[in-house]
Amino acid sequence: MEHLIPQLSIFVLACFVGYYVVWSVTPALHTPLMAVTNAISSVIIVGALIAASAALGGSAASKWLGLLAVVLASVNIFGGFAVTQRMLAMYKKKERPAAK
Amino acid sequence: MTETIAATPAWVALAYLVAGVLFILALRGLSSPETSQQGNRYGMIGMVIAVVTTLIVHDVGLPLIIAAVAIGGGIGFVIARRIQMTAMPQLVAGFHSLVGLAAVLVGVAAYLNPAAFGIADAAGQIFGASRVEMALGVAIGAITFSGSVIAFLKLNSNMSGASILLPGRHVLNLGLLAAILALIAYFVTDQAPLVFFLILGLSFAIGFLLIIPIGGADMPVVVSMLNSYSGWAAAAMGFTLTNTAMIVTGALVGSSGAILSYIMCKAMNRSFISVIAGGFGGDAAAGAGGAVEAKPFKRGSAEDAAFIMKNAESVIIVPGYGMAVSQAQHALREMGDLLKKEGVSVKYAIHPVAGRMPGHMNVLLAEANVPYDEVFELEDINGEFAQADVAFVIGANDVTNPLAKTDKTSPIYGMPVLDVERAKTVLFVKRSMGGAGYAGVDNPVFYMDNTMMLLTDAKKMVESINKSLG
Repeated sequence: MEHLIPQLSIFVLACFVGYYVVWSVTPALHTPLMAVTNAISSVIIVGALIAASAALGGSAASKWLGLLAVVLASVNIFGGFAVTQRMLAMYKKKERPAAK
Repeated sequence: MTETIAATPAWVALAYLVAGVLFILALRGLSSPETSQQGNRYGMIGMVIAVVTTLIVHDVGLPLIIAAVAIGGGIGFVIARRIQMTAMPQLVAGFHSLVGLAAVLVGVAAYLNPAAFGIADAAGQIFGASRVEMALGVAIGAITFSGSVIAFLKLNSNMSGASILLPGRHVLNLGLLAAILALIAYFVTDQAPLVFFLILGLSFAIGFLLIIPIGGADMPVVVSMLNSYSGWAAAAMGFTLTNTAMIVTGALVGSSGAILSYIMCKAMNRSFISVIAGGFGGDAAAGAGGAVEAKPFKRGSAEDAAFIMKNAESVIIVPGYGMAVSQAQHALREMGDLLKKEGVSVKYAIHPVAGRMPGHMNVLLAEANVPYDEVFELEDINGEFAQADVAFVIGANDVTNPLAKTDKTSPIYGMPVLDVERAKTVLFVKRSMGGAGYAGVDNPVFYMDNTMMLLTDAKKMVESINKSLG
């Protein structure tokens, strides 16, 4: 229980940070925003790794569930960041009177 | 068993904090296209820090983990490389479902082996607070998963995009929700497997039921909402694991999705509740009440359109979902280039809900190499239609409907729309005169004297215009 209050403080403050940061995102980049939030929410892989490593007296099922979660989260991490990168690379400014 | 948590070295906590900060910077970078790629790199570094830290602290069987990451990462990478930009909404929905399912799996693993997560006492009793966090995490994760699967199937056209209405669904959904909350409260007093898995099962069910009645055009809201849920699920698991990186990220993603849902709802002038209640965007059941008299309209050809635009000074292009469906973005950019060669000023006007997800049109135009400084948001360009010679509407309909400003009885009344009717000439590319947009409302712009309807597939039309221009 003594962990709850500090955690809750971090959570509430992070919500406010998120609120202001996201409002400053330009609407043109809302699709990449969704893709990248998707990638970072896969930080849930941390929990999956703990589950997968937890051999100590626990059930084998827990370990395999953890491993499966690692696979799923990895799809998201690699896929999410890669597709965001691909999209962001497409946003270009007008090239000033270059060719033609 | 609290000592397992207290025993976490200080540097570990700090490393997770750094990861959290890097994720904030990743989102911060998106405030402008110039800083966005750097932001994305911060995000990747943050993820590496979080994963490596976990691997160091926990004694993991590395070969198995590496295999798991390689399999998942390989699949993800290939998908990200191959996916077409027009398929981005379903890709994002699909990814959301994976986050949801991963959260569920982690939650179940923690339930089965609480000691490993340091959330149970010596007798194997899970701490009260951890039970609530765990149950909430699993419930939200399950809703995210099943909801996203339905959203994916609808966006990917594996399932009808129309809204499917079950009788008594409001009562059913509210009942399910109440049951889940009651079970979570009961779970605090009794950690029996039956209670835990009942919460899980009911949450899967409500996710399906919530999204099934929502029509295709409301998908931008749904995708944003599921984005938000996936964040809350991660945050709840972060509480369970006392992990700062997960809590911070969950909060960021949760608020991001919530803000996007809000923006989308506002752009349709609909309340979040009414979208979630579903039913909108059926197959034009209402609207104009059957008596569709054949009003006269002017039909034009590609040559006419090319001639008008060539002789214009300024053209504003209004793309919509129809452009995405027919993959017309590349031909459209070519048209823009040809017009610019003729000395015509070309701009693009984007309505916030054009397409099937926030920012959908912007990505497609960027893909076709349209410079982003030629692309404008509704409020920035709406004043310019009055001075524009041509408004070229391609695959959009309801977002240009002036009834939204005047007709109080219209289902889209109050929705902010692009004032295309103020332009000297409106060229309206549309597949046919039937099918009146998702709201089932007829658009008076079709019948104006200065409107010319270009009735065929969007891509074919633009290609023939290009031929006449070239």
